[in-house]
Amino acid sequence: MKEILSGNEAIARGAFEAGVKVASAYPGTPSTEILENIVNYKEIDSSWAPNEKVALEVAIGASFGGGRSIACMKHVGVNVAADPLFTFSYTGVGGGFVLVVADDPEMHSSQNEQDSRNYARFAKVPMLEPADSQECKDFTRLAFELSEQFDTPVMLRSCTRISHGKSIVALAEPVTGLPTPKLVKNPTKLVMLPGNAKIRHPFVEERLVKLAEHGTTASFNRMEMRDTEVGIITAGVSYQYVREVLPTASVLKLGMVYPLPMALIREFAAKVKTLYVVEELDPFIEEQVKAAGIAVIGKEIISRCGELTPGRLRKAFGLPDGTQTTVEKLPGRPPNMCPGCPHRGVFYSLNQLKAYVTGDIGCYTLGFMPPLNAMDTCVCMGASISTASGIVRVLDPEEKKKVVAVIGDSTFLHTGVNSLMEMAYNQSPATVVILDNRITAMTGRQDNPASGWTLSDGQTNAVDLVQLCTALGIRHIQVVDPLDLDQTRKALQEEMNRPEPSVIITNRPCVLVKREGVFQKGLVLSVDQDHCTGCKACLKLGCPAIEWQPAPDGKKGKAFIDPLLCTGCDVCRQLCKFNAIGRAQ
Amino acid sequence: MSDTITNILLVGVGGQGILLASEILSEAFMQAGFDVKKSEIHGMSQRGGSVVSHVRFGREVHSPIVPEGEGDILFGFEILETYRSLPLLKKGGTVVANDLCIQPPSVLLGQEAYPDNLAGKIAALFPDFLLVDGQKMAAEAGNVRAANTVLLGAVSKRLDIADECWMKALEKMVPPRALQVNLAAFQRGRSL
Repeated sequence: MKEILSGNEAIARGAFEAGVKVASAYPGTPSTEILENIVNYKEIDSSWAPNEKVALEVAIGASFGGGRSIACMKHVGVNVAADPLFTFSYTGVGGGFVLVVADDPEMHSSQNEQDSRNYARFAKVPMLEPADSQECKDFTRLAFELSEQFDTPVMLRSCTRISHGKSIVALAEPVTGLPTPKLVKNPTKLVMLPGNAKIRHPFVEERLVKLAEHGTTASFNRMEMRDTEVGIITAGVSYQYVREVLPTASVLKLGMVYPLPMALIREFAAKVKTLYVVEELDPFIEEQVKAAGIAVIGKEIISRCGELTPGRLRKAFGLPDGTQTTVEKLPGRPPNMCPGCPHRGVFYSLNQLKAYVTGDIGCYTLGFMPPLNAMDTCVCMGASISTASGIVRVLDPEEKKKVVAVIGDSTFLHTGVNSLMEMAYNQSPATVVILDNRITAMTGRQDNPASGWTLSDGQTNAVDLVQLCTALGIRHIQVVDPLDLDQTRKALQEEMNRPEPSVIITNRPCVLVKREGVFQKGLVLSVDQDHCTGCKACLKLGCPAIEWQPAPDGKKGKAFIDPLLCTGCDVCRQLCKFNAIGRAQ
Repeated sequence: MSDTITNILLVGVGGQGILLASEILSEAFMQAGFDVKKSEIHGMSQRGGSVVSHVRFGREVHSPIVPEGEGDILFGFEILETYRSLPLLKKGGTVVANDLCIQPPSVLLGQEAYPDNLAGKIAALFPDFLLVDGQKMAAEAGNVRAANTVLLGAVSKRLDIADECWMKALEKMVPPRALQVNLAAFQRGRSL
């Protein structure tokens, strides 16, 4: 049976075929759809965790209990999960365990393009890297076998082009006969006190030697001998670009990118005249090959930045990149917050109040874009609150008032809670706005602990944000309707002027939430063309539903609202001083 | 089966249904017995931003993205995005585009003008250019929302894939309640 699957769908299928019992993740592009597909296999207990560290620890627990488990995240998620990962490497597994990490070279949807392969070396765990959807499925299955055979967590590295690329996959039947999970006490292996950890560390080092030996003969690392003038060591999606651009070159295709099968690499190097490594981002393979005393060309010709494309690889090898047509300079089309997005009015108000906004990761990072221009910093998940807490410590009293942190509900629960605890504990006088839209929106509407629903669409406890902030020690909390501009602006002014930590929670859901009764569309608005003076005040919202229509012959243009896009949020009507915007009848 | 690979690029604005159209194409090529790869970007690149989806089929396909300047067919859902993506096409490539303008933010704000006569500029560079009023033809077929399927029909006419493969792909990928209208829209596109 064959199907066209994305890399993410294929990893989910691989988890099913491998008999996985427990899957946990926090959404993050390009990894999100892995868990969203795993949940379709009812045999697997699948759930969202508040963050990647928790997701990994849930999976570690299931592994300790003897069940196969998987945790999935984007590259920066591993930073959050790094603490348990490094010690899990020492304890080893019970049931097989796989950590899937999806990198984002070119930063299509990320704040950096860190290369996760470095984590495999740092944590001393093996890493497999599939080159298409078939390998995504097969390597996921294989990773569980390696995990149990070598008593190690195994990392599986994907990237945007693998996770979101589709290709044909031959499906297989799930494994049978896996042992039934049960409690087995083994504290010297699983309690990582210094005395026990000192015994485990040499095991970890020996494990890497054994894995490298295994990689020399295992079928996932393979030599493809063609013309021997050029030999290329490559892995993952880079392999596909090599085959596309240099079809006659000999290739050593690595399925396991750590630890490297150095004996096999030496054998391949001896067979070819000039040896290259083709890899995206860091010279990860290249440096190790060079350290082994093997002459190789890599980052001398291939950039450390961005993703590879066939054209970029052609240029690296002195071939023309293929482009033959040029076009005139065009208006760009960056992403924008949706029409009716409840964040828009908040950012408009922050801009008007000349706030200094420490931002966070989510749709609302788009508050940075013109014309809202209302974000001044954005580092990582949860950093809005803690950087606000730090920045006020170096400012004079008047400047302190301008500092406002903005963070979404999902990001707040991910790593913002600790930051707010710090702010309350140390009484940093900044204002925090929690943009509670009831969903993890940017990655495609995933539920979270404040939404009241689970991944499997079951109703559950919903975190009460007001009570949570109160318990952390915040004494000034206002809940506002972000579609009411006066109320929003007044709350912001009050809290910005208050020389104490304070929180404003906005309470309108994301316009994309499909669950019945959550988002409700208002009456569509329209511009009365007789009353519109062309002042452009409404355009300052940057709403995609509001269009500027220039008039011919030097006359003033007018605004127009696209009735197909308008959700009736009413924010633009509140801005129009000439009462030209009204609800369409 | 020859070693030739056919490269199709689908371009437009996030939210226009580009991903579904590329899924239907891929399914039809698999039904026809070809190797298929497809690639696109989700996440931050959507939310009304430019979207490019790559679909490639042939005996054996390696790269998931179309090599620059080797596109055979450019399937445009919006005219500015179609023009923007012309450098991805090979000389003499085919363009099938919906006659639709969606203003980008800088144009909505009145800071830049939407470039004029884009259809003329496309035709001058790529004579094999079909401009389709997708909305109008979809309305005639029964639902203005089926504009993408009209375009898909027009693209299908330019590919050597058996009718039954298209039918199977549409039946698999389109929800049952919308199938009748989409089949009608597809046939209208195929007549172009």
